[in-house]
Amino acid sequence: MLSEERIETDGRTQRDRSGPKGIIVSPPVASNRPDTPVVFDLADLEVFYGTFRAVRGVTMKIFKNEITAFIGPSGCGKTTVLRSFNRMHDVTPGARVAGGLRYRGAELYAPTVSATEVRRRIGMVFQKPNPFPKSIYDNVAFGPRSSGVSAKADLDVVVEKSLRSAALWDEVKDRLKASALGMSGGQQQRLCIARTIAVGPEVVLMDEPCSALDPIATARIEELMRELKSRFTIVIVTHNMQQAARVSDRTAFFTTEIDPKSDCRTGTLVEYDDTTKIFSNPSDERTENYITGRFG
Amino acid sequence: MHDLRGHRAYADGAFRWAAAGAAALVLLILGLIFITITSRSLPVFHQMGLSFFTTSRWSPADALFGALAFIWGTAFTALIALAIAVPISLGMALFMTQVAPPVIKKPLVYLTDLLAGVPSVVFGLWGVLVLSQHFGLGRSFLTAGIILAIMIVPIITSLSREVIETTPPGDKEGALALGATRWEMIGAAVLPHSAGGLVGAVMLGLGRAMGETIAAALVIGSALGQLTLSPLAPGNSMPAVIANEWGEADALHKSALIALAVTLFVITIIVNLAATAIVQRSMRKGQGS
Amino acid sequence: MIDLAEVTSAQPDLSAKRSWRSVKSTTMTGLMIASVVLVALPLIAVVWAIFGRGVAVAFHGFPDFFIKEIPSVARRAGPGMGPAILGTLMVTGAATLIAVPLGVLGAVYLHEYGVGNRFSRLVRFMATVMTGVPSIVMGLFIYVVWTLHFGYSAFGGSLALACLMLPVVIGATEQMLKLVPNHLREASYALGTSKSRTILTVVLPAALPGIVSGSLLAVARAAGETAPLLFAVGAATEYNPHLFEEANTALSIQIFGNATSSFVAAQDRAWGAALTLVLLTFIITLVARVFTARIASRR
Repeated sequence: MLSEERIETDGRTQRDRSGPKGIIVSPPVASNRPDTPVVFDLADLEVFYGTFRAVRGVTMKIFKNEITAFIGPSGCGKTTVLRSFNRMHDVTPGARVAGGLRYRGAELYAPTVSATEVRRRIGMVFQKPNPFPKSIYDNVAFGPRSSGVSAKADLDVVVEKSLRSAALWDEVKDRLKASALGMSGGQQQRLCIARTIAVGPEVVLMDEPCSALDPIATARIEELMRELKSRFTIVIVTHNMQQAARVSDRTAFFTTEIDPKSDCRTGTLVEYDDTTKIFSNPSDERTENYITGRFG
Repeated sequence: MHDLRGHRAYADGAFRWAAAGAAALVLLILGLIFITITSRSLPVFHQMGLSFFTTSRWSPADALFGALAFIWGTAFTALIALAIAVPISLGMALFMTQVAPPVIKKPLVYLTDLLAGVPSVVFGLWGVLVLSQHFGLGRSFLTAGIILAIMIVPIITSLSREVIETTPPGDKEGALALGATRWEMIGAAVLPHSAGGLVGAVMLGLGRAMGETIAAALVIGSALGQLTLSPLAPGNSMPAVIANEWGEADALHKSALIALAVTLFVITIIVNLAATAIVQRSMRKGQGS
Repeated sequence: MIDLAEVTSAQPDLSAKRSWRSVKSTTMTGLMIASVVLVALPLIAVVWAIFGRGVAVAFHGFPDFFIKEIPSVARRAGPGMGPAILGTLMVTGAATLIAVPLGVLGAVYLHEYGVGNRFSRLVRFMATVMTGVPSIVMGLFIYVVWTLHFGYSAFGGSLALACLMLPVVIGATEQMLKLVPNHLREASYALGTSKSRTILTVVLPAALPGIVSGSLLAVARAAGETAPLLFAVGAATEYNPHLFEEANTALSIQIFGNATSSFVAAQDRAWGAALTLVLLTFIITLVARVFTARIASRR
């Protein structure tokens, strides 16, 4: 078990920080702690769809056991950058990633790298819950089974652990064989989280995981994220600023700009810092405009 | 004062009726087919009763007509054809939808279209003179099965492709995001969604295989009255018998052949009805999710 | 699953592992490729045989093969297939003239007048079923209703082929009608045009390339049909340019008849006829594709 050095604070007792418009902000995090390992190291990352440059010049570091949020107006490239972390652009014909993207020191786009290996370490939860048309048990067991775990006893253990981690065990323990498609949206999304955890990754990417869910389900998943932070590194894309403020340790703000080379709108990273700083005292005027709702 | 009804109303209505009549032709023809050939087949049922379907002795000279062997032959050949064609069609459909980049996919679509465009009699000719004689496979259920398989591959492949392409991309991405290999993704996301539609596609292939006359007639071997399980034996099927024996048949014999046609008609209609319903339902389900 | 040692070590090993998982996936991909090869092989074999054996026969002393009459003695070597070519063209041509207008009219009703009503749904469903009717059944049907009363003729064959083509033309036309945008119809109605006139002057012209393309594909298939013609057309060896009188012949009938002949001469003629038929079908299909491309370029 990895030791924990941060100050654990109950996410619910929040002080109303003096951010603009009284936005509630999560407890402060010491910035640039020198001992936090770097999980992702981006150096001038760019993503192209054919000849269209969708994202340009992203340079940042994602840190271990933190929740990092990507925010910004639609089309700003936040999902595009997220999907480059687990090589999901491989499935889009014509998509190309350029620049440097290191995962714990290893270049993700080196020619010898297998995308399947990458995805076993870096999992992803999608906007629309997408459980397989199988039973709840079989959904969660998919990853371990593919890895070769076949003994029922072993699978039972993994399934229970994963479902507990996703805060779903108590609700489904008596109907593990029921179809996953019969659950509510929020439950399905937690199932997808359980399924991803069962593979045993280090990183969990989340692409607007709550946008298809109601507020109560959303709150449960945000709570889940805070619990999972201790075991995983989480990167979340969200169009809901308040969610980013509630949940994340660091926030990256993206926006679109007219690309001088092509006259198209290209996504770019504007500012990346502790969440408290972004929401109370952003350095860039564009960030401030977005936070205060002047646009986007 | 203007007459808002207009003189052209008559012509307009007539056009509508003509169009409706043309559409109704489909129902009319189908119904007529059933009625006329059934009535023409009655003489042999007077002669044989229901034993027409249950006996296998077919001897026109003795006015004995038992169709069982031919019914079995039709089914047997179709099964052999399916056993060969289904794995190949499925493999090709999966390749075209999941593996092939667009550069390769387009020529493959042309390939299947080309195969579908070769007339069945040409396949029959090739089957007789090349497969059967030149390669020495002889005339048998197996040879007929092979030719039929070649002929139904295009239809099963193109229909399977359509069904597979309705798989929601979110499911496929979900599987890949869990670190699944391509085959694991196909097994977890594509096949479960497409299963129903694929069954329908296979059944449509079955219907086509059962009804295919000419190619089968040329290579099946024209054996009489044998209920055999050996694929290498020469055999016969309903359409083949009709085509081969028609020329020299007398009235009662012709009536027996027509009775075979009725049987074939009913069986293929049922199979096609079921298959169409299954495929349509699966496509609707696929688009709804 | 990731083991702890790797978690705490510096760099993860992301290279492809030679596990049974990847082997299985690669094997399956290999099987899929094998399927494609298995599909290509018979096509190549058939094309090779047709061209290999047919070209020598069909183009020897060109244009004899396409013009001379069919030898009435099967054993005799030499051309030609003239009557069969004429027969195929006549039978298929007349079938097209019957099936295409009726099919287009029927589709017009299904899409322009009766969308969604029970009659239309029934017709549409039955049309799909009808495409699965074995061609030999269609042939016997025409035998009973036509040949028995009027004898063998090219027209009987046309009727049979028209029955086979009708549902295909209906289906293809309906698809094309669906693609005509509604605002075209509305513009015409707004000018006070009647519905029938709108359909004839606005909708059908807009859908025409697709209708032509779909119909040509139906024609190509019909040209290759054998079974229906066996019961309606006969197997003459002389030229018969009369549509309604006397037995006629067609390429497909000749191929069928000669395929089982023990005489090499007859077999040769069968290959020549097969080549001719395939070329004819190919040309029709090519023209159909030209029309399809025209629609695509218009968008």
